[in-house]
Amino acid sequence: MTDALFAQVRTALARVVADAVVAHGILALTAEPADVAAIARALKEHFGFDMFLDVTAVDWPDRDLRFDVVYHFYSTRDHVRVRVKTRVSAADPTVDTLVPLYGSARCMERECHEMYGIVFRGNDDLRPLLLYEGFVGHPLRKDYPKHKEQPLVPYRK
Amino acid sequence: MSDVSSVTPTLPNPIRPAFTTGTVEGSVIVNIGPSHPATHGTIQIVAELSGERVIRTDVHCGYLHRGFEKECESHTWHNLIPYVDRLNYCSALINNFAYCEAVEKLLEIEITPRCRYLRTLLSEYSRIADHLTCIAAALMELGAMTAFLYLVTIRDYVYEHLAALTGARVTYTYGRIGGLSHDLPDGWLQRLDEILDEMDTFVDRVHGLVDRNRIFIDRMRNVGVLQTDAAVNWGFTGPILRSTGVPRDLRKDTPYLAYAELEFEVPVGIKGDNYDRYYVRMRELDESRHMIRQLMDMLEPGPINVDDRRCTLPPKHLVYTEIESLINHFKLIMEGPQVPAGEVYSAQEGANGELGFYIVSVGGGVPWKVHVRSPSFVHMGGVHRMLDGYQLADIVPTFGSVNMIGGECDR
Repeated sequence: MTDALFAQVRTALARVVADAVVAHGILALTAEPADVAAIARALKEHFGFDMFLDVTAVDWPDRDLRFDVVYHFYSTRDHVRVRVKTRVSAADPTVDTLVPLYGSARCMERECHEMYGIVFRGNDDLRPLLLYEGFVGHPLRKDYPKHKEQPLVPYRK
Repeated sequence: MSDVSSVTPTLPNPIRPAFTTGTVEGSVIVNIGPSHPATHGTIQIVAELSGERVIRTDVHCGYLHRGFEKECESHTWHNLIPYVDRLNYCSALINNFAYCEAVEKLLEIEITPRCRYLRTLLSEYSRIADHLTCIAAALMELGAMTAFLYLVTIRDYVYEHLAALTGARVTYTYGRIGGLSHDLPDGWLQRLDEILDEMDTFVDRVHGLVDRNRIFIDRMRNVGVLQTDAAVNWGFTGPILRSTGVPRDLRKDTPYLAYAELEFEVPVGIKGDNYDRYYVRMRELDESRHMIRQLMDMLEPGPINVDDRRCTLPPKHLVYTEIESLINHFKLIMEGPQVPAGEVYSAQEGANGELGFYIVSVGGGVPWKVHVRSPSFVHMGGVHRMLDGYQLADIVPTFGSVNMIGGECDR
């Protein structure tokens, strides 16, 4: 049942998906940044992946396309998950927003933006969420020093 | 008095509200929190009010952010277990087990049967503690002090009982990759039985006190209503999604641990309002107790840790008597378990919803990345759907019924 669904997804998205493997029960698709929004739409509208679970990024500082942007979707009908991965460069870390498809994308994209500096084109609300207004840098990038401090309130002398 | 700024430095505002002007004639913008006696959880809500009606809200979290994910990238896989305790600190064991399961998937380890049953039992026990806390706090915020004390009495029994098992009341650090820290002490299951009976009594009293109480119903029924479609669209999981009337529960839908062997129901609500969220949690207490009773019968003696030198520490008497075990111990502590390169997303049904760990390993003893898909954080992105359009005073019970846990929301 799950395998059949995964096979259907693979066939339907074969044109835009570079690589599709099943690992630990999750179908993992790799695609170009420009195709992510279309893939998400197809997953939602044709395959019942109605829940946007998560978006985050992985930093690979030695790579030309430095960031993996990783999405997870869940189907509440078939109880399976799909992962969509794409690569963006540090110079242009831009992907299209999924806010028109999923309300929950709004705050998760905000978090990914502040932590990694990924820009979600079309998400008009990328204000800091866990960090504060005026925070400089993106703390989950590997080149952000762990011990760096940016106190909002001056330390007591 | 004339020059206050020389005494108190002016601080920059840590947040930028989404709106500073009203959309409705005569409306006012008020700020609630982040440190407000009537909200549980450090959360800041900027609300536009027309009279006492909430027109729209802008919810800000992050006051408990402590760089969990950053910190994870410089500690060994085992050393993260105390950190994951501090995500949802009302049910720390579920975090422990969800994290360990994710790492075990990368290591391709299958835990022992006794460990599987024990983890399931303790997950349900933690869920009881979490739901008790949530319901108790939500009721207290409505003035139901007796109900609060009844439920917290039981929660305290649970805490003391878990302290007898793990040595800590709240942050247990009891899970291990490939098993558990140690087995149950003598007599632990008998006491568990007593506590479950006591819980029955006290939960029944709370049912009697509030279920048909006019004041309670007026504050809870038809307040903070969420439809299933909206709940799915905004990523709600757990009791909140179930309160809208759909039986979505990872314990049933994608069975893990020993849930496939257990008999239990998934309680659902009717309308997705505050009352349903209260009632779903109360019913889940019953189901958890039912599962624990089954698990107590299923527990068989046996090892609790897998026999795998990649993650399990060798027995202490061997560490002191033979060189291989000494080196094994040293390597596991100093370098950490060598987890093969790869990535995995593993989710369990936490007390608040889907608790997922997305971990990336490049091989070696330290994770490359650990990301937590925490239910509270996702819920904070959609909580305005339950607040907008109701009364200012409704924010308190609605927010209480969401059970936002700052530790896992802000990480």
